[in-house]
Amino acid sequence: MAQIMLWEAIQRAHDEEMARDPLVICMGEDIGVAGGTYKATKGLYEKYGPLRVMDTPISEGGFTGLAIGASFLGVRPVVEIMSVNFAWLAMDQMFNSAAKIRYMSGGQLEAPCVFRSAGGAAHQLGAQHSARMEKVFMGIAGLRVVTPSNPKQAYGLLKSAIRSNDPVFINEHELMYNMKGEVPDSEYFHPLEGSDIARSGTDVTLFGYNISVHWCLKAAEILDKQYGISAEVIDLYSLSPLDRAGIKQSVSKTHRAVIAEEDEAPVGVGAEIIAIINEECFFELDAAPVRVHSALVPQPYNHTLEKAAIPDHEDVVKAVLKLFGKA
Amino acid sequence: MKIEDKKRVLREMVLHRRFEERCYQAYIERKIGGFLHLYPGQEACCNGVMEAARPGHDYVITGYRDHVHAIKCGSDPKEVMAELYGKETGSSKGRGGSMHIFDAAHRFMGGYALVGGPFPLAAGIAKAIQLKGGDEIAICFLGDAANNQGVFHETLNMAALWNLPVLFVCENNRYGIGTSIERSTAVVHQHKRVAAYNIEASECDGQDVEVVYEHARKAVDHVRSGKGPYFLELMTYRYRGHSMSDSRGYRTREEEELWKQRDPIFILRDRLIAAGELTMEAYEALEKETDAYIENEVIKFSEESPEPRVEDLEKYVLADRASQQQWLTGQAA
Repeated sequence: MAQIMLWEAIQRAHDEEMARDPLVICMGEDIGVAGGTYKATKGLYEKYGPLRVMDTPISEGGFTGLAIGASFLGVRPVVEIMSVNFAWLAMDQMFNSAAKIRYMSGGQLEAPCVFRSAGGAAHQLGAQHSARMEKVFMGIAGLRVVTPSNPKQAYGLLKSAIRSNDPVFINEHELMYNMKGEVPDSEYFHPLEGSDIARSGTDVTLFGYNISVHWCLKAAEILDKQYGISAEVIDLYSLSPLDRAGIKQSVSKTHRAVIAEEDEAPVGVGAEIIAIINEECFFELDAAPVRVHSALVPQPYNHTLEKAAIPDHEDVVKAVLKLFGKA
Repeated sequence: MKIEDKKRVLREMVLHRRFEERCYQAYIERKIGGFLHLYPGQEACCNGVMEAARPGHDYVITGYRDHVHAIKCGSDPKEVMAELYGKETGSSKGRGGSMHIFDAAHRFMGGYALVGGPFPLAAGIAKAIQLKGGDEIAICFLGDAANNQGVFHETLNMAALWNLPVLFVCENNRYGIGTSIERSTAVVHQHKRVAAYNIEASECDGQDVEVVYEHARKAVDHVRSGKGPYFLELMTYRYRGHSMSDSRGYRTREEEELWKQRDPIFILRDRLIAAGELTMEAYEALEKETDAYIENEVIKFSEESPEPRVEDLEKYVLADRASQQQWLTGQAA
């Protein structure tokens, strides 16, 4: 098993799928000749040429729609939206065309498209380049939403997303492309549904996805070493559908839940998970579930303000201690 | 156009007209719900273009005024009407409705209800054709008002840039819902807007099906021969309102009457009569036969067809699970 960076994992998934199937193509701004803003398509232009690795004009609505139209005929496009903030411009096509086509055609057409996009607050990118928008995508019928927390997931989720006959939105994080991790040497398909137990525990469940899985893991370490609290960490790599059974199972064991998200409340991932806990295992709870989330502000540029707007592992620790009456 | 083709096209246009008028009646009777956008007045556009193309072979996509385009591509009028009735036997199994007729078997890629939305989808279909190497073309029928959306320009740019085999047909009926083109658009003649993208474009009378056919032949040949996209503008008029909720208060009855003097069906009918190929009696008989067919077969089928089952409410949201096992679970089936 090799240690590779997350961008390399994404690049490898593209490369394997494009080598296998001539109808797998990729497109986006600067992904070809320039090699990709995050290097996720590095070397593919040279290998597969301009017909299959398409440097697009800066027209998110247009090229996303174009990818969807091509997918109606069995082409499997992987669309890179450079920043999730720009996905607003493509959402009309993603939601009104890709997500609805199977239903409104009575099952005649489908849109096996993959939309990859980098979201999240990086370093002082300001209000229009720091969005977390998973909550918008996960409310759309007909669209799958997955989000990798490590290179293995990034590789395996993209492989499965390309093979899937449904449109899949992959929510990546700007700060995670250089993260290193183990990826199997042989071909691997990560499930598009479900959740992973990233760390086993007995006293409280910490739910995270993408970058917040790492806050949860760090918090669990601190809780264990400094406070003797055993935290279980659930990695919700699938945001749509959410893993109801996995959420129920863990909370039924630990009886307490904290959800960590970089998204803002209200109307975030945490709200949805708490609703599921209420529906599935309310009487198992020993305390009201808590969510840790960003402040509801357009992302500030100033470094101190930015840090104040975004939670981290310390906020997760504080939330858990509060649950146990220790803070 | 050969004489047999003219006679056939006349029959088809009469079917298209009477079908739409029957939809109007069914809507008044509340057999059809939702929105209903009717095509009378514009029949020469779809017919002229598709006579020059290959229905069922070329891919066609359009907006919400889509019944006639589907039928022209080869859809059974019974299935189109059953869709409007919301029945399980409808084109889209009752899930789509008037604005979302689909017929993949006849390569009718659907009606869409976001104005301008089909532009990039059409270019994408053309991109798929380009990748697969077929001789099909993509044909995108939309109205003039769609050209004020951003994706119109984005799509023209990409279609020209990548030399995609797509024919854009602009049915310029002069109104975007209830706002006239003069009041919404700085340039009335839409083909002039396309020149900026180095795309071949032309404009012609959209009421005379033979004129449309001649222009469309040139356009279709251009696209099919690999010369890239083409934009064909057809000057036309819709007799009815934008949809059924439109009382046409934004235009005069005199204007409507003026356009009805150039009715696409009557132009062809009178030409055939003048040539001694048709009599008025035969034409009137054709109308009656068409009405009888619509009543006895199309409406009967739609009335008698079953509703979708409530148990199937969530069917077609996502792909059938069994076929997706490996990607959903990570385990081979």
